Amino acid sequence: MDLYEYQAKDLFAAHGVPVLPGRTVETADDAAAAAAELGTAVVVKAQVKTGGRGKAGGVKLAESADEAKEKAGAILGMDIKGHTVHRVLVTTASDISEEYYFSFLLDRSNRTFLAMCSAEGGMEIEQLAVERPDALARIPVDAIAGVDKAKADEIVAAGKIPAAVADEAAQVIVKLWETFVSEDATLVEVNPLVRDPQDKVIALDGKVTLDENAGFRHPDHAALVDERTENALEAKAKAKGLNYVKLDDGQVGIIGNGAGLVMSTLDVVAYAGEKHGGVKPANFLDIGGGASAQVMADGLDVILGDPDVKSVFVNVFGGITACDAVADGIVEALKILGDAATKPLVVRLDGNNVVEGRRILDEANHPLVTQVDTMDNAADKAAQLAAGA
Amino acid sequence: MSIFLNENSKVIVQGITGGEGTKHATKMLAAGTDIVGGVNARKAGTTVTIGGKDLTVFGTVEEAMKETGADVSVVFVPPKFAKDAVIEAIDAEIPLAVVITEGIPVHDSAYFWAHAVAKGNKTRIIGPNCPGIISPGKSNAGIIPADIAGPGKIGLVSKSGTLTYQMMYELREIGFSTAIGIGGDPVIGTTHIDALEAFEADPETAAIVMIGEIGGDAEERAAAFIEANVSKPVVGYVAGFTAPEGKTMGHAGAIVSGSAGTAQAKKEALEAAGVKVGKTPSETAALMREIIAGL
Repeated sequence: MDLYEYQAKDLFAAHGVPVLPGRTVETADDAAAAAAELGTAVVVKAQVKTGGRGKAGGVKLAESADEAKEKAGAILGMDIKGHTVHRVLVTTASDISEEYYFSFLLDRSNRTFLAMCSAEGGMEIEQLAVERPDALARIPVDAIAGVDKAKADEIVAAGKIPAAVADEAAQVIVKLWETFVSEDATLVEVNPLVRDPQDKVIALDGKVTLDENAGFRHPDHAALVDERTENALEAKAKAKGLNYVKLDDGQVGIIGNGAGLVMSTLDVVAYAGEKHGGVKPANFLDIGGGASAQVMADGLDVILGDPDVKSVFVNVFGGITACDAVADGIVEALKILGDAATKPLVVRLDGNNVVEGRRILDEANHPLVTQVDTMDNAADKAAQLAAGA
Repeated sequence: MSIFLNENSKVIVQGITGGEGTKHATKMLAAGTDIVGGVNARKAGTTVTIGGKDLTVFGTVEEAMKETGADVSVVFVPPKFAKDAVIEAIDAEIPLAVVITEGIPVHDSAYFWAHAVAKGNKTRIIGPNCPGIISPGKSNAGIIPADIAGPGKIGLVSKSGTLTYQMMYELREIGFSTAIGIGGDPVIGTTHIDALEAFEADPETAAIVMIGEIGGDAEERAAAFIEANVSKPVVGYVAGFTAPEGKTMGHAGAIVSGSAGTAQAKKEALEAAGVKVGKTPSETAALMREIIAGL
């Protein structure tokens, strides 16, 4: 789960990482009040989970409360790379002497963690990595040893942070490591990490990604989910415990078991769609191992509630899951949904108990259901039905 | 032969008394796996009867190995306790630990991997979040259904469980030396490269199917390895061409971030290494059938 800047900074502050005072607001009037409260020049920053806010006009300086109101009014509601701005962070404007870059992240290839540090912060780090790779230090971090002051000193030196603030930067980095580990983050990024004229080191921005698998030891992380910016169908699926992702511009609803097979199903439908007017998959939905009638009904309910969907492809390879249970699930789900089920279903079952599964569907003989015996042919049928609808 | 698992493998199950552990121990036994015991510290000294066989529940992996000669552990311990269970297996220096558990925090996986490395990599870890490994007709350590395909000369390595099943099913008339699901998490023990290296050395394996998916650069690295080190024919498949950037598709590791990790980039890297890549599972299977027919 990616966090907003203000959420990341709240976590930073909780772990002793220096951040500037500020308040997150949703209206221009509240922005003015926040600026008046702070009593300084402020920066009004769009809160969206994407980069390049500054370039898009989503970060503005305001010298007064009135100006903060005006700037916030312009930024709220703005679209930045497809993200609507619902909130702005009003924060003290600081004098900046220098800008650095710092992050901790997971290094998949080496199965460990990585610290990245540079004295040349502020710009987009992807650009720095390409244009001046030597300026970006990459220091592996052992998952067991972690980052103590000595390790942080090593990182700071490698990143060529100036000596005058090296010690303080290292102390901040130790606290960022504490944030990274104790919050189960897979990314903690500060760009820029700034030096102010008093040689204080401050996290001026923050980007944090949390590991949802670690939710069991962080009950407080649930409160960080922003339901407003979640797609309505995704929110509905999540509430039912379904692993669902809505895709843009798709017409074929997809239900399958196992993440790999479902991803593959999306691809096969997209290929089949090329022959049928360019129809595409409308979603990812993995019902996992236990495809009970209720899970199937919940899945169909979400997919049939998607106005983009014209046909549905149920693709199951019964490994542990038995095809007869899936077939029962489909039949029951259609009963539960009744008249709400209006779109054709193409079903492909294979594997564990497939004969019984196919028999159950044949016997039910539901007018909306077509059985096809291979994945490719079923995808073709589903695409054809979507194109003809 | 086969890789990592054979007819002499003696298998214990960590978490044998839990629902998943019991269910799959039953299936593994039915598939001919030599299960010699289980581990659960809280139920040490008790006996469980699974599939008509009495199995002792030991307090630790070390004790189970000493008493039974076990050399493989299959881990079904829930995410909360999985890190400690894997560390215990590593400390006991069991040669192979197959971690089926889904949903282990990545800080925990990174920690036990670092621990395995610190201990000199005496334990091969497969997974986590994987279906396990099967050498058909010999042994089955994990949750891959044993009746999809029998023994044969194809080696299969895949990130995804259900795509492993699908591919085994497509190629069931040829059969498999070993099929291994390495798991879809960002940090995994055994990689595509480890499996490719072992298949290359295995005289019973004539050709290899490699299944990847979006996220990370494991497939690109495997491609470089194949080009330099693999003489046997390799056929590839990559899932996730239609996956949008920034969205996780079920597997915690399956996410395209920035320009890295796309299916197209992986396909191109594999093709540049001389690997034939199918557009769909069925096309991939057809490519493999052609190769086997030409051997």
